[in-house]
Amino acid sequence: MSVESPPVVSTADGAPDTTATPWRRNRRLTVVLGLVLLAVLAVVPLFVDPFGTNTVSRMLVFALFAMSLDLLVGLTGLPSLGHAAWFGIGAYTAGLVAIHWSAEGLVTVLAAAVAGAVAAAATGWLAVRSGGVFFLMLTLAIGELVHQLAQSLSSVTGGSNGLFGIPSIRIAGTPLTLAGYVYWFVLAVVLLGALALWLVASSPFGGVLRGIRDNEARMRSLGYSPFRYKYAAFAIAGGFAGLAGGLFAGLVRIVNPSDTGFTTSALLLLAVVLGGAGTLWGPALGAALVVLVRDTFGPTLDGHGPLLLGLVFIAAVYVLPRGFAGLAGLRRRRTPRSPA
Amino acid sequence: MLGWFDANLVSILNGFAIGALLFVLAVGLSIVFGMMDVLNLAHGAFFLVGSYLAVSFVAGDSWGGFLTALGVAAVVGLLAGAVLSGMTEPLARRPILDQALLTLGISLVVAEVLSIVYGNDVRSVSPPPGLDGSVDVAGSAYPTYRLMLIGVGLVLALVVWLVVERTSVGALVRASVADREMVSAMGIDNRKVKVAVLGIGSMLATVAGVLAAPVYGARPGLDETILLLALVVVVIGGLGSIRGALIGALVIGQVESLGRALLPDLASFILFGTLALVLIVRPRGLFAGKVAHS
Repeated sequence: MSVESPPVVSTADGAPDTTATPWRRNRRLTVVLGLVLLAVLAVVPLFVDPFGTNTVSRMLVFALFAMSLDLLVGLTGLPSLGHAAWFGIGAYTAGLVAIHWSAEGLVTVLAAAVAGAVAAAATGWLAVRSGGVFFLMLTLAIGELVHQLAQSLSSVTGGSNGLFGIPSIRIAGTPLTLAGYVYWFVLAVVLLGALALWLVASSPFGGVLRGIRDNEARMRSLGYSPFRYKYAAFAIAGGFAGLAGGLFAGLVRIVNPSDTGFTTSALLLLAVVLGGAGTLWGPALGAALVVLVRDTFGPTLDGHGPLLLGLVFIAAVYVLPRGFAGLAGLRRRRTPRSPA
Repeated sequence: MLGWFDANLVSILNGFAIGALLFVLAVGLSIVFGMMDVLNLAHGAFFLVGSYLAVSFVAGDSWGGFLTALGVAAVVGLLAGAVLSGMTEPLARRPILDQALLTLGISLVVAEVLSIVYGNDVRSVSPPPGLDGSVDVAGSAYPTYRLMLIGVGLVLALVVWLVVERTSVGALVRASVADREMVSAMGIDNRKVKVAVLGIGSMLATVAGVLAAPVYGARPGLDETILLLALVVVVIGGLGSIRGALIGALVIGQVESLGRALLPDLASFILFGTLALVLIVRPRGLFAGKVAHS
């Protein structure tokens, strides 16, 4: 969603990072496309009915959520199956802050981001100690535990009924009652979040993360501590997932335990893989599409949305191994990611 | 101390029963990954297939239904494993994430199909006759079926240990865990081994599902709960280690049962705490082999 072309990122061994070159090559096209997309997104509430606006808002929230996961999966090469835990923690935090303390929009989403980052930091040190399949299993376990916690701590979270009665977002004391205003608030926060994530990805820090993804042993011998970088990436990704969760709570105004659960994590991972891991924009697009499909076809499938989801998963693995980004031919390199 | 032991005897026994079930489940998961590098996230869904087969076949007071359910579950498990083997074959050279996504997709599809066929209600299954009562264990009544479960778990552990340590098939298993390429270089058809291993691994899952049905019943969502526990067991025990799966299952069984009984509010934390503690001391699990699964 960023409109500027990033500076050429160099990996530590001096080779230009190839994920950045397509941007450079198509700089003008990218800028135009980005500006058009921004303009379209900005005027959505003026032309779309409130229900549609709400759907687009949710697509934006999940786009930010997917980008935060991409920081782990695509950039660092850490496939997480429990990323919804931080999203859920952010959502519950924002909901509780709004109910008990202040519904001020910025307060709730910042509290959500901090909660997501702190929770990810509290458990991440364990998860990032090992890569590959261990990381996958550990994040799955952590995610499920957060899910169970959300269900069992019913005095705080409302248990399986969900946390409801979250007041509408306020800006400077005024509640945002119209879907359009909520949408603009969500859009602004998502854009800022996306910009921040892109800055992280294109910073030297992001370059080190790519280096770890591609060759951890070499990074270590160059004097970097992969553990510290992976840990930082995990906490940052948790923070942005929490931010998305906070937006989600303000938008939907009810938080269910399933928002922290396995199915949400799986949905997100699907979005990242469908979109093309490591590109940030791909996963954002993938998430928007997945949410659109789920919310449009979900009701017609009589509550059996996961069936469709599962079939898409299976198909995606065989048909689109590199996602839309790969389909567009933008990502030529075949990344041998950490082979477990 | 003895008083405490008496008071919590039922919980401790429950822990052993859960541990026995988890062992049957986790050993399949562990062997499949250790030998074939296939992370089967559909393992929990296969377990649930077994549970629902028990719902279908167990009826009235006879062993027939229960044994039929076991037999059908075993066949279904073998077939599911063979299908899974074929489906993962093209992904062998791809990152582990792809296999995880595939099996995740399969597990979602299987779980949803089960919920379409059987509905979303919690189903219960009665134990076979003769095992549906309870016996007196040191002054407290305890369900016979769960005692039998502990016995089955122990016998199975012994059988698996004997097969792996004392037979030529076991030698093949151990060799495949250690160095699969070398095994295939010595003229053993890797694909056949893979079909067999995945078949047996999945069969263990479906059979565990039938065995667990009189205790846990069958309900949507059980697959995820069970998969989580099995994964924790495998991670604690070390991937590919049978001894690890046994010790891990017994530990997690007690954590699940005794932990829940003593500190009900903290059960999830205790589970995670155990996992964290083990991984701090042994980052690759208790009995991680000298295997190159980095």
